[in-house]
Amino acid sequence: MMLQIRDLHKTFDNHSGEVLKGVSLSVDKGDVTAILGPSGSGKTTLLRCINFLETANAGTMIFEDRKIDMTRAGKSLISFIRKKTAFVFQNYNLFLNQSVLHNVTLGLTSGRKMHRAQAETIAMEALRRVGMAEKALAYPGALSGGQQQRVAIARAIATSPEIIYFDEPTSALDPELIGEVLSVMREIAQDGMTMLVVTHEMEFARHVSNHVVFMEQGVIIESAASEAFFASPKTDRAQAFVRSIMHQHQM
Amino acid sequence: MNERLLKILLDAIPQLIEKFFTMTIPLTILSFSFGLVIAVLVAIAQYAKVKVLREFCRVYIWIIRCTPLMVQLYLVFYGLPNVGIVLDAFPTAVLVFSINEGAYMAESMRGALEAVPSGQLEAGYCAGMRFPAIMWHVILPQAFRTAFPALSNSLISMVKDTSLASVITVTEMFRQAVIINGRVYESLALYTEVALIYLAFCSLLTVLQRFGERKLSAYGGAR
Repeated sequence: MMLQIRDLHKTFDNHSGEVLKGVSLSVDKGDVTAILGPSGSGKTTLLRCINFLETANAGTMIFEDRKIDMTRAGKSLISFIRKKTAFVFQNYNLFLNQSVLHNVTLGLTSGRKMHRAQAETIAMEALRRVGMAEKALAYPGALSGGQQQRVAIARAIATSPEIIYFDEPTSALDPELIGEVLSVMREIAQDGMTMLVVTHEMEFARHVSNHVVFMEQGVIIESAASEAFFASPKTDRAQAFVRSIMHQHQM
Repeated sequence: MNERLLKILLDAIPQLIEKFFTMTIPLTILSFSFGLVIAVLVAIAQYAKVKVLREFCRVYIWIIRCTPLMVQLYLVFYGLPNVGIVLDAFPTAVLVFSINEGAYMAESMRGALEAVPSGQLEAGYCAGMRFPAIMWHVILPQAFRTAFPALSNSLISMVKDTSLASVITVTEMFRQAVIINGRVYESLALYTEVALIYLAFCSLLTVLQRFGERKLSAYGGAR
């Protein structure tokens, strides 16, 4: 088991009610897990808590055989975990003042004390994998959304993380740009990367991910192999959700 | 213009220019540099949300911005000797100008830091970077770009504010004009001359600001 979350709770100060009401999930090495569910179900908050961008109110994480109390993980422990993970944001969050190349190298040179030359070699290789090598010297502001997100994925894979978290990576994109990002994600998945993906892309969940977690109102309602989930969802909620998705696709 | 007046004005030029380069400009450069360091530190302390430090910074900005620069100069130069602290005029001027301008520029920097999207900091953390490295490589360069017009403002007003150092006996350009005028009584002509020198230099800074802004927008484009 590579990552396990047990009984994660999260309440925001300004928010009435719990956003996450005891979420547990586990991810094996090489798993591609899609987290599905309607908006407001707590999917993004779940990812942000797992990478300590938000502090959980309760919950335990087991990461590579280390048991971590998520409510009071210290700075150095958080930093240790973050160096073994990567995060792809919905709105890319590329470093706006840095070139494409330096967006990828910074995590290596500054975060991991790697020499510049070696970092640039690794970065160029990562950029080649996402098809952005020829834009290495461009700045994020000059790129399309799809290109920016591919650079963000290169930034993630360059650090050879144990797992990459994707927070709705295609939701901010124009429809015609979604495909290029999804195909890069599919290739990375096929290369054996462990991925935890919050998404609304059913095709991705169905054909690329091998596991599906279905959330609603802060709890996981169903968790299953993706084939089984889409073929015969067990709970009424999930059945209704899959039906509505299929209906949309037919339209 | 009669010949006597012309001669007075021409004779004054080298004296004024000399004070301009030996006093006004060094005073400006030193005070602005120290002030900028103070401003960046104070702004980061607030941005990083370190509780005690943050309160201290707010009090500093409050006191400095709510008392006149002239009074601050008097307090340090004429007031502190009463408790045994005696400073020379020039260091006093640098000290007071730095602390004063630091408070204003700290607010410019704080606003600029807060204008950097919060996702930039989060992305840095997720890339495995620590706070100081993210500040240095990502947040501060973007904040400087945003704060650049406001900081230019501060620099330009500092050039002119150095004339206040005359009240604590620093013979910078303006005081030199006052001294010359004491001999020749040509207030209108002499003070016009000194104003024109300030005008010329600050115009140059205005041009440099525009040039600098163009340079900084090199990585421009959409956010």
